[in-house]
Amino acid sequence: MSNEKNMPDAKVMVDIFQKMALIKASDERFLSVIKSGRIAAPYYSPRGQEAIPAALAVNLNQDDYWITIYRGVHDQLAKGVPLRDLWAEYAGRMEGSCKGKGGPMHITHPESGVMVTTGIVGSGIPIANGLGWASQLNGDGRVTICCFGDGASNIGAFHEGLNLASLWKLPVIFVCQNNLFGEHTAYANSTPVKQISDRAAAYGMVGVNVDGNDPVAMWGVAQEAVARARAGEGPTLIEAMTFRFNGHNLGDTGECIPKEQYDAAVKRDPFPRYRTRLIADGIANEDELAAIESQISADLDDAVEFALAGEEATSDELLYDVYAEKIKG
Amino acid sequence: MSSSPEKMITGSQATLMALDEAMAADEKVIVLGEDVADREGGGVFKATKGLSTKYGDQRVRSTPISEQAIVGAAVGAAIAGMKPVAEIMLMNFITVAMDQIVNHAAKIRFMSGGRTGVPLTIRTTTGAGAGTGGQHSDMLEAWLAHTPGLKVVVPSNPIDQKGLLHSCIMDEDPCIFVENTLLMRTRGPAPEPGHITPIGKANVVREGEDVTVISYGRPMSDVKAVADKLKEEGLSVEVIDLRTIVPLDEETVLNSVAKTKRAVIVHEAVKSFGVGAEVATRINEELFGQLKAPVVRVASKNTPVPFAKSLENAFLWSAAEIEVAIRTTLN
Repeated sequence: MSNEKNMPDAKVMVDIFQKMALIKASDERFLSVIKSGRIAAPYYSPRGQEAIPAALAVNLNQDDYWITIYRGVHDQLAKGVPLRDLWAEYAGRMEGSCKGKGGPMHITHPESGVMVTTGIVGSGIPIANGLGWASQLNGDGRVTICCFGDGASNIGAFHEGLNLASLWKLPVIFVCQNNLFGEHTAYANSTPVKQISDRAAAYGMVGVNVDGNDPVAMWGVAQEAVARARAGEGPTLIEAMTFRFNGHNLGDTGECIPKEQYDAAVKRDPFPRYRTRLIADGIANEDELAAIESQISADLDDAVEFALAGEEATSDELLYDVYAEKIKG
Repeated sequence: MSSSPEKMITGSQATLMALDEAMAADEKVIVLGEDVADREGGGVFKATKGLSTKYGDQRVRSTPISEQAIVGAAVGAAIAGMKPVAEIMLMNFITVAMDQIVNHAAKIRFMSGGRTGVPLTIRTTTGAGAGTGGQHSDMLEAWLAHTPGLKVVVPSNPIDQKGLLHSCIMDEDPCIFVENTLLMRTRGPAPEPGHITPIGKANVVREGEDVTVISYGRPMSDVKAVADKLKEEGLSVEVIDLRTIVPLDEETVLNSVAKTKRAVIVHEAVKSFGVGAEVATRINEELFGQLKAPVVRVASKNTPVPFAKSLENAFLWSAAEIEVAIRTTLN
C-alpha cells in the first residue's frame, strides 16, 4: 500500500524515527528495570511493533483520541504520554499518570488523548465508538484511534463495535496490530480467514492490509484513514502486519514461536531497517539519529529516577476515585 | 414531596418526563438503545417516545441489538464529557454487556486515578409477574451493587422514578436505574415538573414504633398495604423505601431499627446472597445487642423465574409472607 508519490516529508520521517526510537529504548529500559527488581509490574513488550503507532501518531493532533490495550506502551508513547507520568505509573507512585491506581494495563492520560487502556481483549472497540459519537455531536473534528491485536478480532465486541461504527459513520480508525499471536495461539490456529482486514467487508467498511513494519507504508494508510474520518466518511479497519519479539508477557519463554518464524521476523525488524533507510536515503545522518537516541536515553534516566523517587500512596488514597466523592473507610 | 394529587401517570411516563426535562436542560444528555427513536416507536415501553422528534436523531439514536456496543458507546461518550442514557431493554440483557459495565464503566474513574469519569446512566426494565419467564424477569441489582464504582437505583413509584432518574442522569458516576416491568404500566400520583429525588436518601413512608420493614421496588405497595392492615390491629409498622441500593442510606435504616428494635427486609430479587443479606448484616453489625428478634428476609424463591402463573405466584413474595414475617418478628 506504500504510495511512493505521497511520501512523508523529511521532518515527518525523522519524527517517526524519534517515536520508534523512544518506544524501543523505553522497552529495553522497562525490561532491565523490571528484571532488576526495582519496579514490580506486569509487562507486555511491544518490541517489533514500533512503526505502527509512530506512523499513526504523526498524522494526528494532540486532542485526537486513542484507545489501546495492555500491550499499549508503544501506543501511549507515540501519542505523547510523558515518560515521567508513564514510568511513575509503572512504579505505582502518586506521580504516575493514574496515581498508581491503574498500573501498566490501564494507562490514561487525557492531555495527550490516551483515554482508555484496557486489559480486556476487544473491549476498547465499543468504547471508541462513544468517543467518536461525542466528536460527531460536538463537531470537533477529532478522530479516535482504537488499537487492538489479532486476537481481538475473534471476540464479540469486535463484531458489535465495527457494525455500529460503520452504521453511524463514526470518525474512528480501528487498527489491528497483527503480531501473529493471540496470547500463545498462532494466527492460523485461531482465525480461519486469510487476513483480518477482509472482515471489514462484513460491515461495509474500508479494510486495508498494510506492512506494519514499514513506517512509510503505514504512514500512507494512516493518512488516508484519518482524512476519511475527518471528512465524515466513516471508519476504517487497518490491519498492520507485524511481530512481537518478546512473546506475550515478561517471562514468556517464546516456546510457542517456531524458530524459523522468529528468525524471519528478525529480518523484518522495523527499527534497524528504518534507521538504515533514513541514512541511505539522505533523510538524516548518523550523528543526527545518534543525537536523538542519546536524548531519549537521558530522558529515560530522568524518568526512571523520577519514578523511583516518587511518593507511595497512603491507604487513605484508596477511598478516592471510586466515585467522584470520597467514600467512607 | 411535590405531587399533583389530581394527576396520575405510569412509570413509563415518569421516565419520559425525566428524560425530556434533562435533555431540555442539558444538551450533553443523549439517549441510545434498541428502538428508542420515534422511527422505531419510541421504545418498547414508549419511555422515549417523542424525544428523537424533539431533540433530533443524533441525540436520540436507535441501535442494533448489540448490548456491548450500546454500553460501550455510552462509556466512551461519557468519558468525552457527554451524559449518555443507555437503555438496555430488559435487565437480563445486561449480561451481554457486563464487561463494559463491570470492567469499564465502574472502574475507569478509579483506574485512571480520577483523570476520567463515566457519568452514564443505564436504564433497564425487569421484574416477574407478567409471565415473561426466566430470561426477561430477573432482578439482578445485587450483582451490580457488589461492584464498587456503580450506583444502583430502584424506584417504587412514578414520583420517585422521575426524580431519581433525573438525579442519575446528572450524577458524575455510572448509575444503573432499574425500572419494573409492571410499574411501567401502573399509574400513580404524578410529580411536579422539575421534581428531583436525591440518590442515596431512603424514604420513610410510614412512621411506626414496633417494627421496621425495609423494601424497595414493586413490593413496596404490598408492604404499605400490610402496614396499614396491621395498624388497624394497633401494630405500629415503620416502612422504609430504600430507593437507592448503592449508596445505601444506612443512617435512615439504622436510626429506624434502633428505635423499633425489629427489622423485616422485603425484596423481589431471589433471597440468597441478595440486598436483604447485606442490609441484615449491617443491622446486626451495628445493633446486635439492641435487637429483640432476628432480622427476617422476605424475597422471591431461589429458582429461575418460572412461566406458569401458579409457579410464578409461588416464586414471588406475597403480602401474606410479609404479614407472617412481621408477626413472627413481633412475637
